[in-house]
Amino acid sequence: MIETALTDLWYGFSVAFEPHNLMWCFLGVLVGNMVGVLPGMGPVATISILLPLTFGMKPVAAILMLAGVYYGAQYGGAICSILLNLPCHPPHAVTCLDGYPLTKQGKGGTALGITVIGSFIGASFGITEMIFLAPALVSVAMKFGPAEVCSLMLLGLLAGSTLARGSPLKGVAMTVLGLIIGIVGADIETGTPRLTFGLLELYDGVEIVALALGVFGIAEFMKSINQNIKFDTKYANVKVRDMWPSGADIRRSFFPWIRGTLIGSLCALIPGTGPTIASFVSYATEKKISRTPERFGNGAIEGVACPEASTHSSVQGDFIPTMSLGIPGDTVMALLLGALMIQGIVPGPQLISQHPDIFWGLIASFWIGNILLVVLNVPMIGLWVKMLAVPYKYLYPSALFFVCIGVYGANNDMFQVGLTLFIGVFGYILLLLGFHPAPILLGFVLGPRFEENFRRAMLISRGDIWVFVDIKNHPISTVFVGLSALLIIAQVVLWLRRMRPGERAPRIAPAPSQAEG
Amino acid sequence: MHKLFPWWKRDYYAGALMILLGLITAHEGSNYPLGSLNQMGPGYFPVALGILLMILGGLIAATATAGADAEEAALPHAEWRGWACIIGGPVLFILLGRSTGMLPATFACVFVAALGDRETTLKSALVLATCVTVFGVILFHYLLKLPMPVLTWGGT
Repeated sequence: MIETALTDLWYGFSVAFEPHNLMWCFLGVLVGNMVGVLPGMGPVATISILLPLTFGMKPVAAILMLAGVYYGAQYGGAICSILLNLPCHPPHAVTCLDGYPLTKQGKGGTALGITVIGSFIGASFGITEMIFLAPALVSVAMKFGPAEVCSLMLLGLLAGSTLARGSPLKGVAMTVLGLIIGIVGADIETGTPRLTFGLLELYDGVEIVALALGVFGIAEFMKSINQNIKFDTKYANVKVRDMWPSGADIRRSFFPWIRGTLIGSLCALIPGTGPTIASFVSYATEKKISRTPERFGNGAIEGVACPEASTHSSVQGDFIPTMSLGIPGDTVMALLLGALMIQGIVPGPQLISQHPDIFWGLIASFWIGNILLVVLNVPMIGLWVKMLAVPYKYLYPSALFFVCIGVYGANNDMFQVGLTLFIGVFGYILLLLGFHPAPILLGFVLGPRFEENFRRAMLISRGDIWVFVDIKNHPISTVFVGLSALLIIAQVVLWLRRMRPGERAPRIAPAPSQAEG
Repeated sequence: MHKLFPWWKRDYYAGALMILLGLITAHEGSNYPLGSLNQMGPGYFPVALGILLMILGGLIAATATAGADAEEAALPHAEWRGWACIIGGPVLFILLGRSTGMLPATFACVFVAALGDRETTLKSALVLATCVTVFGVILFHYLLKLPMPVLTWGGT
């Protein structure tokens, strides 16, 4: 097993080292690092903006670049949290707690150094996990029939919507809305145009670009405008030589790095629990087992090392269900799957064998990208710190232009720009009403495949809906449905507990965010 | 109660919106053949999802938390100028892009959008719009060869 993995990995490196792939990977992590640093721009909005640009590219290059933006933004987001105390990227919100006090004590450089090393350890473990786990998952998933695929998707959708931020009920409603938006357009089997309201332009369905840029572009701008986040750059002058941590700091951070990495890689495997939850859980764990918990919040280096390692390990692990099963765990993964589907590649367990260049090239590019990021972050830290000061009032008008031209360029069609604007305004109304619109994209991407498999499963079972819980013939499907039921029951129990007066169930604090993470 | 939601609790509006969307979906879906579970027609899924969304909307409204929750208290004040400018930018981009080409469309879009921020002055908006226009035309017209004329009259 190790031998084949190494051969495949070797092949992956030969793909990733092709000059133009290498260039796109570098560009991706560079842009990612940049938007991670910029307060007010998130990886989701950036990937959506870049998505139309990838239509003309080869699939491998497109996916390498978009993935690079995602993990690159994690490195940048940490800088933002530690130096400015701005939790603009949800996974790094918890890093503020100890990172900013360290900055105030003049140890911001050390905190960043510890972060970079921890990130690299976390990411390396996450990638290794992917190398061995993804093919193993595939060999199981290859045996899945339509019923199993369907109930697995059900579980993924439920987990993605109930475990994310905000009210679980509203999350499920957003998923269903996403499924409905995914239906728009000609029916796969009969060609009947559905939910098009007589608009010819909608016959091909809603473009993923229009949906993503409406919800994560225009709606986010409407939310953030004139909010004037106040921040203070007076502590944020860090030089390269400040970044080398002392031996004592490394000794203190060593076990937190390892613990964070393990927690992150576990969180990556549970659908719906991405890097944000991983970082919160690992911070809480670290504080609990510490012999000096009172230091946490006042600049404990462990409070930076553990969540950062865990975020990065989880970010890389997130790719496992996405690439091996075709079930995205969060918004970014849904976007990446969308990018692949636009290129005509069907996601699912057959992806690794049919397109080994994409899968192994992506993994190899993770290593290259992470090394590039370490190189980018250490000597260029001065530049990143300067970028922190770019105000939002210059950022959003430029981004708005990129949204318009990007959507137009996807099909050379002005109708799509109008549709994006409509979705954006609607998305903002949803935000005001307390909906977190991230699950819309999950539902949208999975919707058509869900319907197709559901129809097929019904056809095979001759309309017997109980086929999904037929423990004799479909034990795997039964397990998935059972897990979904458990999720719902858990939510109901939590809700009942919250209703009881005087007792509030512990909830993960919603991270104040500029952009979905 | 927050002034953005004057009469009701916020979750009542949220639930009502979901019920409305579900109703529209189910109604539209019922125009197509439903089929049976065995042979599902094109209308089956939309109707099922529409009904599910209506149920969820009802549950959201029914479980509306008493009083304003923390998230609701943190809602922004009505930001009409900002909203209008952010909507105005793309609208101008569509109109001018159809009739006069990429250059005026880009300039107008960025300029109007920039005015949405209260700290932006006329001068800084002009400078920003000029910079983005130059950069945008070079990138999208000359480098990426987007088939949209830079300057034209009467549309494409």
